[in-house]
Amino acid sequence: MIELTNVHKAFGPKRVLDGVNLTINRGESMVIIGGSGTGKSVLLKCILGLMVQDSGSITLDGEDTSKVERDAFLARFGMLFQGGALFDSLPVWQNVAFRLLRGSLAKPKEEAREIAIEKLRRVGLTPDVADLFPAELSGGMQKRVGLARAIAAEPEIIFFDEPTTGLDPIMSGVINDLIREIVVEMGATAMTITHDMSSVRVIADHVAMLHGGKIQWTGPVGDMDNSGDPYVTQFISGNAEGPIEAVR
Amino acid sequence: MNAVTKPLATIGRVTLGFLALVGRVAIFAGQSIAHIVRPPFYPREFLTAILNIGYFSLPVVGLTAIFTGAALALQIYSGGQRFSAEAVVPQIVAIGMVRELGPVLVGLMIAARVTSSIAAEIATMKVTEQIDALVTLSTHPMKYLTAPRVLAATLVVPLLVGIGDVIGIMGGFLVGTKQLGFAIGPYLNNTWNFLEMSDIVSSLIKGAAFGFIAAVMGCYHGMRSGRGAQGVGRATKTSVEAAAVLILAANFLLTSFFFAT
Repeated sequence: MIELTNVHKAFGPKRVLDGVNLTINRGESMVIIGGSGTGKSVLLKCILGLMVQDSGSITLDGEDTSKVERDAFLARFGMLFQGGALFDSLPVWQNVAFRLLRGSLAKPKEEAREIAIEKLRRVGLTPDVADLFPAELSGGMQKRVGLARAIAAEPEIIFFDEPTTGLDPIMSGVINDLIREIVVEMGATAMTITHDMSSVRVIADHVAMLHGGKIQWTGPVGDMDNSGDPYVTQFISGNAEGPIEAVR
Repeated sequence: MNAVTKPLATIGRVTLGFLALVGRVAIFAGQSIAHIVRPPFYPREFLTAILNIGYFSLPVVGLTAIFTGAALALQIYSGGQRFSAEAVVPQIVAIGMVRELGPVLVGLMIAARVTSSIAAEIATMKVTEQIDALVTLSTHPMKYLTAPRVLAATLVVPLLVGIGDVIGIMGGFLVGTKQLGFAIGPYLNNTWNFLEMSDIVSSLIKGAAFGFIAAVMGCYHGMRSGRGAQGVGRATKTSVEAAAVLILAANFLLTSFFFAT
């Protein structure tokens, strides 16, 4: 279980997170929604320790994430980055098997390659993609490779940062379905940040709306359309009129 | 704040900013060394860095050295004629190349070629979240990116300097024997006999120092890059400027240490 309590983070005078309280239960798929620049990525990076919160606590299974052993902590996570964040200098299979070629999870090269090809298959890519370089792939294929890398070491927790940004609606649907299938299949805890409502409906068990540095609303995805929360209602409908300013 | 204290405050702010920068760079350099000696090691990254910094720099180092040696021979000959000292061309080309021009020019070429490339690569990795991805994959970015490059540059640039010294002397030799009328045997004898071991050692030590500076500056500015294309461009430009200035400053300090007696 991931638990955030009164988390604050500011950049100069700009308070991005202003007292975030959120709980993500084990095996649950939580989707954080909110407009651009509302601190969704900052929240995710604070959990992973890529950024340090100014105050408040973040715990994983009751342990303060700032005090745990980093390698063991990070070994429990997989992450799909918004732009893929694939390593340009490595072929696809080495990107996917990056964690399996180094450190505590290191395996023999041939075995790591086999696992990488298996994971590529799982995300709908053929083995001949394995020896290409990321620059030779389309945006959708890069996202799939990023997804394969995120699941390569069978993590307990997977984070997805804007998984469908920059993709056409059909490819977005494919990626959303893949994420849902993989999360269910692996029984992983998932946290997705997005402003794509089609992603929310496919991926989420629970939804949390981040606005003004706080969680404005949280609840099961089934309750989202009738939440009665003006922020959620405006965000779902995409209206310019409402409590969320259209020009921020 | 009045007209008297305002300039003083500005001077103080700039001085403090500069000292903070020096401190940050020194800490970064220290961390780089610590990551070089502490496992895990990344031999594949190290070998790639050796290839990129060493082997692929050979053409530019060779061309720079041969033209510099050739021009140096012409300058010493025409300048030496003013006081009937044109016969010292072999000795002065050798000492000039080995003690000063070889290490400095190779250092500056490495700053232009390698520092810029390292800074641009790491800055782009930062902008595209590849550095964050490394962290989430339980890989320390300084261990994976900085340590192999700094170690490779520190080991390989002295070799490039040695090669540059030899090629530079050869440039002077070609001009001296083909254009200025020196005999081959005496030219080579004068070159060889005049050089001392301390000249060669100082040249190689300068190479190691310049290689270290060039790689640290590339990594430091790449890691601290701002966002977007502008951030990458600024990191690249600043890294080359800083490396070039620090190489020239280090050259003065090392020359003072080795030869100012």
